[in-house]
Amino acid sequence: MIEFNTHPDRYRHWSLRVDGPAARLELRVDPEHPFRPGYELKLNSYDLSVDIELQDAINRVRFEHPQVKVLVVSSAIDRVFCAGANIGMLASSTHPFKVNFCKFTNETRLSIEDASRRSGLRSLAAVNGPCAGGGYELALACDEIHLVDDNSSAVSLPEVALLGVLPGTGGLTRLVDKRKVRRDLADVFSTLAEGVRGKKAKKWGLVDASWARSQFADKVAQRVKEIAAAGEDRSGREGIAWKPVERRVTQEGSTTTYAYGYVELAIESETRAAALTVRAPDSPQPKTSDEFHRAGAQAWVVRAFRELDDALCQLRFEHEDVSLVLVHTRGSLDAVLAAERALADCATIDSAKGDWLAREIIALTARVLRRFELTARSFFAVVDRGSAFGGVLFELALACDRIYALEDPEVEVAVGPLAAGGLPMAHGLTRLQSRFLAEPDRARRLAQEQPRMAIADADAEGLVTFLVDAVDWEDDLRIAVEERASLSPDALTGMEANLRFGGAETCDSKIFGRLSAWQNWIFTRPNATGERGALVSYGKPESASFDWRRT
Amino acid sequence: MSIVDLEAKIPNNVGLRDNKRLLLALEKWQPAFLQWWKDLGPSDFNMHDVYLRTAVGVGKGGWAHFDYVKMPDYRWGIFLADGPEDRKIHFGDHIGAPVWSEVPGEHRNRLRRLIVTQGDTEPASVEQQRKLGHIAPSLYDMRSLFQVNVEEGRHLWAMVYLLHTHFGADGRDEADAMLQRHSGDPDSPRILEAFNEPIETWLDFFCFTTFTDRDGKYQLASLAESGFDPLARSTQFMLTEEAYHMQTGENGIGRILHRTAQLVREGKDPRMVGAMPFEVVQRYINFWASRSMDLFGGEDSTNASESFASGLKGRYREGDGIYKDPRAMDATYRISVPDGDKLVDKDIPLRRAMNAVLLDAYVADCTRIVSRWNRDLEALGVEFRVRFPDKRFHRNQGVYAHYKFAPDGQLIGEGEWTRRHTDWLPTQADRDYVKSCMKACYEPGKFANYIAPPAMGVNERPIDFKYVQFH
Repeated sequence: MIEFNTHPDRYRHWSLRVDGPAARLELRVDPEHPFRPGYELKLNSYDLSVDIELQDAINRVRFEHPQVKVLVVSSAIDRVFCAGANIGMLASSTHPFKVNFCKFTNETRLSIEDASRRSGLRSLAAVNGPCAGGGYELALACDEIHLVDDNSSAVSLPEVALLGVLPGTGGLTRLVDKRKVRRDLADVFSTLAEGVRGKKAKKWGLVDASWARSQFADKVAQRVKEIAAAGEDRSGREGIAWKPVERRVTQEGSTTTYAYGYVELAIESETRAAALTVRAPDSPQPKTSDEFHRAGAQAWVVRAFRELDDALCQLRFEHEDVSLVLVHTRGSLDAVLAAERALADCATIDSAKGDWLAREIIALTARVLRRFELTARSFFAVVDRGSAFGGVLFELALACDRIYALEDPEVEVAVGPLAAGGLPMAHGLTRLQSRFLAEPDRARRLAQEQPRMAIADADAEGLVTFLVDAVDWEDDLRIAVEERASLSPDALTGMEANLRFGGAETCDSKIFGRLSAWQNWIFTRPNATGERGALVSYGKPESASFDWRRT
Repeated sequence: MSIVDLEAKIPNNVGLRDNKRLLLALEKWQPAFLQWWKDLGPSDFNMHDVYLRTAVGVGKGGWAHFDYVKMPDYRWGIFLADGPEDRKIHFGDHIGAPVWSEVPGEHRNRLRRLIVTQGDTEPASVEQQRKLGHIAPSLYDMRSLFQVNVEEGRHLWAMVYLLHTHFGADGRDEADAMLQRHSGDPDSPRILEAFNEPIETWLDFFCFTTFTDRDGKYQLASLAESGFDPLARSTQFMLTEEAYHMQTGENGIGRILHRTAQLVREGKDPRMVGAMPFEVVQRYINFWASRSMDLFGGEDSTNASESFASGLKGRYREGDGIYKDPRAMDATYRISVPDGDKLVDKDIPLRRAMNAVLLDAYVADCTRIVSRWNRDLEALGVEFRVRFPDKRFHRNQGVYAHYKFAPDGQLIGEGEWTRRHTDWLPTQADRDYVKSCMKACYEPGKFANYIAPPAMGVNERPIDFKYVQFH
């Protein structure tokens, strides 16, 4: 089990200081405390332990400090910003760990952009020294990059030149898509290990500003002030406490169970299948803004989706061989729909732009659903008696690769108010739009009418993959599981990633789609990770040796 | 300055006359260099005639010429040491292949970095030392200072020559940047830390030339092994001049110690007569030695490994065949690394330890210098002995940074460091005192009271020779 709960008081690598409308997040990586022993985190290089804290800090700023309008990301070490992901860690990690590490760090960086887009929380990278690889990618995730111009500090992406791999956290995509750096300059930059300094970096669009060292702190402070003054006012209500996610892990025979308040993940190691169950609220839920603020992190939707988030991370990192997850829901469909209705209302009606907390909760839900879809496992939703696939939980079903439903008059599903756009997928579409690319009208109508349907009607609407008769139910499910688990895990990962995101592209989906596919391919190629591969050889006496054939 | 003038004014053995690209680049850079010299060199002394050595060739017999010259008129030349025609790369992965006379594309960026880092130190020290002429302890010493300064200027030229000749527009930009970074400038500091430390007194200067220039010797020597032939031959020739700089430092400190020893033997308190107490000299040595050891970089370094593997930077005297395996492929190097409150041995691949290997050679050299000083102290009958601090002491780079060590290399706690560091490193009071001793002494043959005269003059001239003629 990996502990994703942490608290600023316990951070080893970051410090979070909130000062009025600005939050300062300063990196000072403790080299002696890597995620696992075997490497040293030199020069503010990072690993999972550093990123877990970063994720926590960003969530805390969003939920605990709503008055913050600008997040300043910098380094507490003089003349070093961040050297990126630790190479010793990468070189000594298994392929699945590397991929999941990259995925997690990508999600954290996307959450910085999500905060800017959805919550108006702007971010500024104050790059006070050399900023390489993942360090520059962290800066790229911010709205603005300010680089110290001292004739030596550079931003760089040295991965291709030094390590024979790609920048793993969206660096290439953000260069051309987000910052719109010219492709030829981006090509030069991405093969130049030492990077680009000061004025040239500004000219090429790699940074937004470069300041002399003596002016740097003042110029950054001034810019932070300007951004804060222009930002949306979210004050007026206190933040909520970002409490740890509680879980209990038990092992019984070949079954490992992660039990949370509303979520349970049971992993069956023999069949390489897991059962994920999300329960509907079983107690009164907030109806008004005031009640949401009082309930804080204890509100059902917050708890359930944070627990789901933790379960997904445990699944990714700790249970690599699980092939298929059956997704169940339990409880009252009415309760789910009521909770979502209240949330949606508070997000829009309390003030001109709605209650910040309600909107923050919706954004959180959307992120967890995206983490779900970006998890390289097969997901089958199981809609049966007692299930509660409505609203946000029906989104969970739509996020699955298939929906198996029991043909039974008592089984119902319901589209909720957030289906219309509150929970966008990584590629920007709603799950209904993405499902009905050939029938946009149907997607629009379902989102508008938000019908609650008997399962047969849902099937008629195209919302069910297999509507299964009660007599076949158990056997069909068993066979589906066994069949899926027998297929090549690599082929499934690639196939699912292709099929899940039809119809559109965003910077986010490109980062995952293109980069993680290319990167993962490169990671497994001998030129990177073979005996004489560049990544493996880095820092070793032997130089890399390449198979020169291009594909 | 026209191209014709340039060719005439710059002594060289690199075919400057026929090198259009280099001439064009120098045509722009040379005025910028002179401007820099005026702005940040020892400019208060530009109008005086200084008895200086000028490199005029690379021949063993008479490579240098001595005469009075005004420093801005110094003929900064460009020289490559002679080498065998068919030199082969003699270490690393490319061993046995012919040396490169042009930059190999795959190593271009690394090579440029090495040259820029080396080149940046040369003008830096001139900037650091620019005010020392005002407090020179003698004309003899003032001349030494300016000799060091003009030659560091020439070393910059040597590196700029490589950048201009072999690195195209990038190289020209880097050559310009060497004149734009300035020692101690908060906005645009020199690349390496020791070259941003102020040199305010002659004690600092002699420590710097003994220890920091000696780092320069080892860096140059390891580049003189390079598979990139123009770099190897440039640095080889620079070493000839560098020897004088280190000699200046060694003699300077030796003469300061000698003077103090004389006073002590006469039963005088050095502080009462404006001389340097032994323990103050020791603290300055501790400071500059540790700063200089930082220049070697991390003991465990991927960068060092790559530079060795690619044949760009060898070990000290690699070409003399003193190392068992010129590939350095399988051997390991043992370093003691801090682990909690003790040191544990760790074996790392030898290639990654190249900085540590070079540092070891440096430490051995420094230890020899220190014992020469101590022999003199012994001969003078005083008890004090200089100690060279352990390589772990007071480090900001490498595996010992962030830990506290005593000068003898013992790992100690923060508490002990706080209590004792003023015994080991110059205090503000030391600095104030040393500064108070700095008084100019411009009379030929006379010396400030804290320093003994040298054993002999320069170029067989007498000690009371007028090494600087004021105008």
